[in-house]
Amino acid sequence: MPATNSNPAAVLIPEVSVPPISLRRRVTDHVMTAVSVLTVALVLLPLFAIFAYLVYKGIGSINLAFLTQTPKPVGEPGGGMANAIVGSMVILGIASLLGVPLGIGAGIFLSEYGRNRYGDIVRFVSDVLNGVPSIVIGIVAYGLVVMRQKHFSALAGGVALAIMMIPTIARTTEQMLLLVPQAIREAAYGLGVSRWRTTLSITLRTATSGVITGVMLAFARVAGETAPLLFTAFGNQFWNWKTDQPTAALSLQIFSYAISPFDEWHRQAWAGALVLIILIVGAVAAVRIAVRHGTLAGA
Amino acid sequence: MSNQALPRPRFNAPEPEHGPPEHGTKAALKIETRATPLLDGKVSEVPDVAFGWAMRLCGVAVVALLGLIVYQLVVGSTLSWHAFGWKFFGQSDWNPVEDQYGALPFIFGTLVSSLLALVIAVPLSLGVAVFITEMCPIRLRGILSFTTELLAAIPSVVYGLWAIFVLVPVIREYVEPFLAKTLGWTTLFSGPPYGIGMLAAGVILAIMIIPIISSITREVLTVVPQHQREAVLALGATRWEMIRMGVLRNARAGIVGAIILGLGRALGETMAVTMVIGNRPEIAKSLFAPGYTMASVLANEFTEATGNLYLSALIEIGLALFLVTIVVNALARLMVWSVTRGQPARSIA
Repeated sequence: MPATNSNPAAVLIPEVSVPPISLRRRVTDHVMTAVSVLTVALVLLPLFAIFAYLVYKGIGSINLAFLTQTPKPVGEPGGGMANAIVGSMVILGIASLLGVPLGIGAGIFLSEYGRNRYGDIVRFVSDVLNGVPSIVIGIVAYGLVVMRQKHFSALAGGVALAIMMIPTIARTTEQMLLLVPQAIREAAYGLGVSRWRTTLSITLRTATSGVITGVMLAFARVAGETAPLLFTAFGNQFWNWKTDQPTAALSLQIFSYAISPFDEWHRQAWAGALVLIILIVGAVAAVRIAVRHGTLAGA
Repeated sequence: MSNQALPRPRFNAPEPEHGPPEHGTKAALKIETRATPLLDGKVSEVPDVAFGWAMRLCGVAVVALLGLIVYQLVVGSTLSWHAFGWKFFGQSDWNPVEDQYGALPFIFGTLVSSLLALVIAVPLSLGVAVFITEMCPIRLRGILSFTTELLAAIPSVVYGLWAIFVLVPVIREYVEPFLAKTLGWTTLFSGPPYGIGMLAAGVILAIMIIPIISSITREVLTVVPQHQREAVLALGATRWEMIRMGVLRNARAGIVGAIILGLGRALGETMAVTMVIGNRPEIAKSLFAPGYTMASVLANEFTEATGNLYLSALIEIGLALFLVTIVVNALARLMVWSVTRGQPARSIA
């Protein structure tokens, strides 16, 4: 088949003739396109199925009692997960208090002091830590806190989740700080600003929104974690305000209700799952909005 | 990036790509001595040094954390190590009543469920990654990658919940009878269709690792230079031939890295698997049969472990799981790095 004239290359080299593409190759091309469209559909199917089921099953079970009461004993209808919702917030609060400063500090080290062999070691170790199974982190927190205190506690759960947050925060903070142009740092040094002040007030401040996104990523990742809480926070059927006592968590409650044989509890597990996802998405969205419009807005 | 105008000679981060030239450092020194009087000579070095060391301490803390994990696991598992030695990994007898512990059924369960997940997830995630980077209209691209990444944001326990009430019944009613009828002769798909079992665990794991594999594969495919594609197209290739020869072949190492990273996640995944695998420490030939994984035995039995040896045996399983995932992850990182040229793979939520 001669090259068509609409192709400018064909005008320049009129002698070229392109052999026709065989039927087999054309069919393969179309088949593979269809196959990859099919894979997309297959992957999106469970996603929609999960969200649809979550809303369908969960929304009917969320009511005032669910949000304000503690679990009722087996067989009694009603009751809720209020203590678990608060417990989750307490554990996540402890985890953030411990993990966020340390993670951001490690990120500052990597970007401002760690462009060398030592930095590479820390970088590799945090990537490795990122891949440690969450249940193994649970064992470590058990050994560190629960064995010493002699009982399960919100603190132990917080420590476990903090360990999981640190590597993610460190690596994203590093990447965000590296995006800050070198000239901005140099401008600060040129004005006689000391290095620590430059790092905190200029570099970190410029990268604020990125760093916070990283923190929220880490937060969202650990917020739904169950495995490391199984033998640290342990769970609790009642209200508990002490950080050194077994504490309920939403994810733990969903787990124990889901594997129970009672319909009423299954219903509540769906409601709990919906609340958990709403809380995670809500927390991330709230911080995003605060970053964009509020006092946290970057320079 | 030139380093010549730096007023502070001790400034060292981030370094310019080619290192500062000798005379650059000297010039900087000269500026420093001239500039100091303007700052009335009272600028203290103490806060600067203190801040620097505080940040280094944070960096050290990350390494210390890994050390702490290793220490806790090794100390916790000594008792079991002394009692069983290497036999621990070769025995299939798990009997807390007689204090006999062998980890083989759990290792088997972890391996089989993870490999099954890979078999299902790899073609699907490659298809999605190829579609998003090479075929999809640009407007759809952002939406699709966001949606697949949304799958990664769902907590494991919610996957488990969905699997118990939706996936397992579907597998029991439709998938297992169908597989038994068509492939039953392989003995891989035989026995009573419980729904709950190795197959369900593999499927839910696959759904969970697809976002990881596909997003990293996508990253790897994007860094394949555009002229590779153009060169193959110029030779008269169809689009699929271009993808196969110009893109996939160039990104091979990175794709394998992405797959191994997915494997690492599957090996350590706990909750969803625990909820559907059936939790029976047996080595069965059929994928329909219930099994048990290393992570789920920890989840189920750790709080109930009464004896010291029992607890120690569980911690040793944790140690083994930890070591395997570390090796797998390190391998994967290196392979992804080799393609994206040192840019770290974006951490996946």
